[in-house]
This record gives sequence, C-alpha cells and structure tokens, in this order.
Amino acid sequence: MSEYGEHDRNGISVGKVQKQFLTFAEPPEEMILESGAKLGPITLAYETYGRLNEQKDNVVMVFHALSGNSHAAGYYKESNEKPGWWDNIVGPGKGIDTGKYFVICSNIIGSCYGSTGPGSINPKNDRPYALDFPLFTISDIVNTQKALIDHLGIKKLLCLVGGSIGGMQAIEWAVKYPEMVESVIPIASTCKRSALSIGLSEAQRQAIMADPNWNQGYYYGEDPPEKGLALARMIGHISYLSEESMQRKFGRRLQDNNTFKYDFSTDFEVENYLHYQGKKFVDRFDANSYLYITKASDYFDLGEQKGKGSLTKAFSRTSAKFLVISFSSDWLYPTAQSKEMVRAMKKADLDVSFCEIETDFGHDSFLIAHDQLTKLISGFINRIYNGFARKS
Amino acid sequence: MRFDLQIIASFVEEKSRVLDLGCGKGNLLEFLKLNKEVEGYGIEIDEDKVIAGIERGLPILRGDIIEETQDYADDTFDYVFLSLTLQQVYNPENVIKEMLRIGKKGIVSFPCFNHVSIKLQLLFTSKAPVTKELPYEWYDTPNIRVVTLKDFRIFCAKHKIKILRELAISSHHRATTGKIVRFFPNWRARYGIFLLSKE
Repeated sequence: MSEYGEHDRNGISVGKVQKQFLTFAEPPEEMILESGAKLGPITLAYETYGRLNEQKDNVVMVFHALSGNSHAAGYYKESNEKPGWWDNIVGPGKGIDTGKYFVICSNIIGSCYGSTGPGSINPKNDRPYALDFPLFTISDIVNTQKALIDHLGIKKLLCLVGGSIGGMQAIEWAVKYPEMVESVIPIASTCKRSALSIGLSEAQRQAIMADPNWNQGYYYGEDPPEKGLALARMIGHISYLSEESMQRKFGRRLQDNNTFKYDFSTDFEVENYLHYQGKKFVDRFDANSYLYITKASDYFDLGEQKGKGSLTKAFSRTSAKFLVISFSSDWLYPTAQSKEMVRAMKKADLDVSFCEIETDFGHDSFLIAHDQLTKLISGFINRIYNGFARKS
Repeated sequence: MRFDLQIIASFVEEKSRVLDLGCGKGNLLEFLKLNKEVEGYGIEIDEDKVIAGIERGLPILRGDIIEETQDYADDTFDYVFLSLTLQQVYNPENVIKEMLRIGKKGIVSFPCFNHVSIKLQLLFTSKAPVTKELPYEWYDTPNIRVVTLKDFRIFCAKHKIKILRELAISSHHRATTGKIVRFFPNWRARYGIFLLSKE
C-alpha cells in the first residue's frame, strides 16, 4: 500500500485518537506460532473509534496492509496533521460509520508501529530481535488479534474489512473463528498470491538483503539498509499502480529541460517520483519488517491450509456473509483472483456479493477516496447490522 | 413497483430462496424481501446498478448471467427470475436450461413482439417497429431477439419445459398498474410472464 491519508473533502473526522497497547503471551506462556517457534511477550498497538454498544454487537475490525499501521482514522495531536490511512472511509457518517459502529484497528506483529517485531527488544538478550524474530504467517497475525478481541471482552464481530494483506487477515479470521465472524469485506485481496506476485515480493526482499548495510538483519544501532529498502519500495510502488495511471501521471515527461542528459541520473519524471517514494519510505519503515510481512503474505494459501487443497472446503467452515471488491486495473491481485474466491464461496453456499470497480488506479485504489467504495461498504455493513441486531 | 414485477412477485411463495438474473438495482428483490420475506440474490453486469443494489442492502454479484449461474449446485434456489432480459441474451436456450437446473422453478418475462401496435406499425410504415416497451431503432437495440407468446410456448414444448402459469399483461412500460389480458393475448399483450419448471 502507498501513502494517501488525505484530509476528508468535507472536513469530517473521527477527531483526536490515541494509540493504545496490549501486552500478552508473557513467558513462560508464549504464543506458539505456525512454524512451531515461540513468541512472547507480544505487544499489539491498536486504536479504536466510535463506541462499543451495550450488546457489544457493533464491532467492525479494520486490517491494514503491508506498510500500514493502527492509525486508520483521525489524528493524534493537531487536526492539521496527516490523518489516518483510511480516514476517507472510517469516520462519522462515512463508509464505516463511527457514529454507529465500534471500529478497531491493530498494528500487525512483525511491523514497526508499536507492535512486537524484529526491531523490538528480545527479552532473552535485551537486544533487538533482528533475524532472531521468528517468521510468522497470516494465521499467526490473526491469533494475536484474537487475543486483543478476547481482552476487550468481545464475542462477536459484525464485520471485518481489509484491503490487500489486510483482506487476507479478514478472510483467515472468518475461516479460523467462524463462530465469531458475522461478515467480511475483502478488498483487492486474494486467497493465495500468484507466482508473479511472489516473484515481485522476492525481488523486493533481495533488494533489501543486497544492501551491505543490511548485515544479515543485524543493523539496529548502525546505519540501516536505506538504499535497499528504498529500492524495494520503488518496485512495490510500481506494482500498486497501473499502466494507465502512470501514463497519465508521468507519460514520458522529462525531469528538467527538454533534452536527455546522457548519463544515469534521472531523466524522466517517473524516475524522480519513484526515488522520492523510496526515500520517503525509509524514514518511516523498518527493512526487516518489510521482509517478514511480505513473507507472511507469500505463505498465505487458504485452500491449501484450511481446505486440504480445496478453497470451497475452506469456505465451508464459515457461514459469514461476504462482500468481495476488486479493481479493474489491479494487476497485483487481479479481479480473476477475487472471482476465484467468490466462486468457492458460492459453491460453499455462502451469502456473497461481489463488485469489480472500474478504475485505473491499480491495486492502491482501495486507499483512494471514492464514492463507489463508500456506498458498497456502508450498504453492506448496514444490511448485516440490521439483520444481526434483529437476530440478537 | 412495475406491474410486471408485481405479477412475478405474486407467483412466488413466502420465505423462498430466489435468484434474479439481470436484477438491475434490485427493485424486484427488495420488493420480495419486504413483502414475501424471501432470501434473495441478484446477478447484474452493470457496475452502477450493482453498487446501487448493494448500497440498498441486497446481495448482488457483478458478472455475466451465464458465467455466474454455473457455480451453483442443482436446485439451489426455489425460483430463478429472468425479467425482461430474454430478448437481450445471446443464448437464451442455455440461460433457461441453467435457470431450471439451479432453480426448482423459473420465471421468465419478456416484451411481446406481437402486440397489435407493432403489427400495424410494420404493416403501415414498413419500418422496424419502435414502441415504449421496445424503444430502440434497429441499429442500436440491445434486444437481439424477437419473441412472441406463441414462439415461447413452442420453445418450451420443444425443450420439455413445463409451463405452470402464463400471464399476458398490457401495462405500459414502467407502469405500476396494468391489466391482465385474457382475450386474444397473442395480439394484445405487451409483456408475457411464464412460470416454468422441469418436466
């Protein structure tokens, strides 16, 4: 995911919010990960917006993608600072209406925004974990989120919403804890990454690991592998855009003058833009986190892991209602992959809605404010809430 | 509520499970949900209509009706509708077969190409008829088929499809009231509505 987080067009915001923390799995009761490795203590950074009602049946969970964090909406100090990454969707009267729903967004493990990750202190030696941090999966991420939900005393989740890797978490939740999940909205997501997408993921990791500063991951306290991470971000960023949107934004326009420089500095505007995106990213993200999280998403294969090779079987474990959304110009997790999950959901006899939105903003479309996304999300959640409230 | 949709609704039993092929913004589904407590789903190709339908709280899949029906097991639905879409599909034979595979019953409605006004237009003007129900010129019409009530009965007989009920109506396009035509329906019907099942 890229950075958008623009201010709401109508100036509506959930207002000032606060990052909170929960620590659990204290040794000797560490969490056992899918790989068999143990992790503990685990801290999750999270934020909540809106109010939990008395019946505790108005909970919406939002899941962030690769480089996101718990700050989905509002602002920490001043209203003129950059708002949360999904501020155009989460807020009073918005797609996910904080006037009605209690919204929770937590930072995933392995990340670098307050949750336990490779940059956190390893209690065994009081040094940053670096590559001693165990590899984890989407399923492990979901287990840590379950601990948070249990801690908050919540038994039922009205709706789980996430784009990209966030969508994977939402889907995993529904299949793993079916008794808790009422509905799910996977956006620009997939049940397994394609070879093309894993290939891109690996190229980005190799970019980081090829930087001498990476030093086998043990760079904390030294110069971090900024060049490698910036290059990874450049590759990633291209995969979030589309041919059409890049053409429109940059075309073949040159950076300065109207002539080629005949050297390897930047000639084209698009080159300069990607350099800028790369540089901006290293200020806010940890290279090891990038390695761990991309790997977790590469490992995800719902049909294989939860349905013995059958996606339909995997979805047969849940009775959650689904709204699957894809974007026509997304070539990282293309519409065909969303349709594949919809097909399996239909075969599993689930209540599923699907809409491909026509847009040329590529994979990143889910972060950009548009009315279609707002209408789909709000209409769907309201239906689930009305039906759910009647039932309970 | 459009008169033809009211008639379709009257064919449907309460609390049944239904699928509307080419559901548009989901007018029929919403009506059936409110009045017959059905569990209703829709399939629609147009993005804006799908969004409008989901926004009003209906489960709708964006896609092609032939492609989307294939994923459902036999007899998944009590009723499958094809409302005013028959004249626009490329392979109506397949669509109707699929309807009756995934649904116990099918309801098909279409504008009749045999209304007396169409006959007279053709007779007196020698031009391809244009009416409120079929308002397009020959070169820009989405309606690639010309169907009459009699044609459809012959089609059903040939494909061993049982016609459980048949109604001809004379309401105008988008009208909320109308009349059921009992005399000379072949000549006077603007729309035909058939309740079908496998034999």
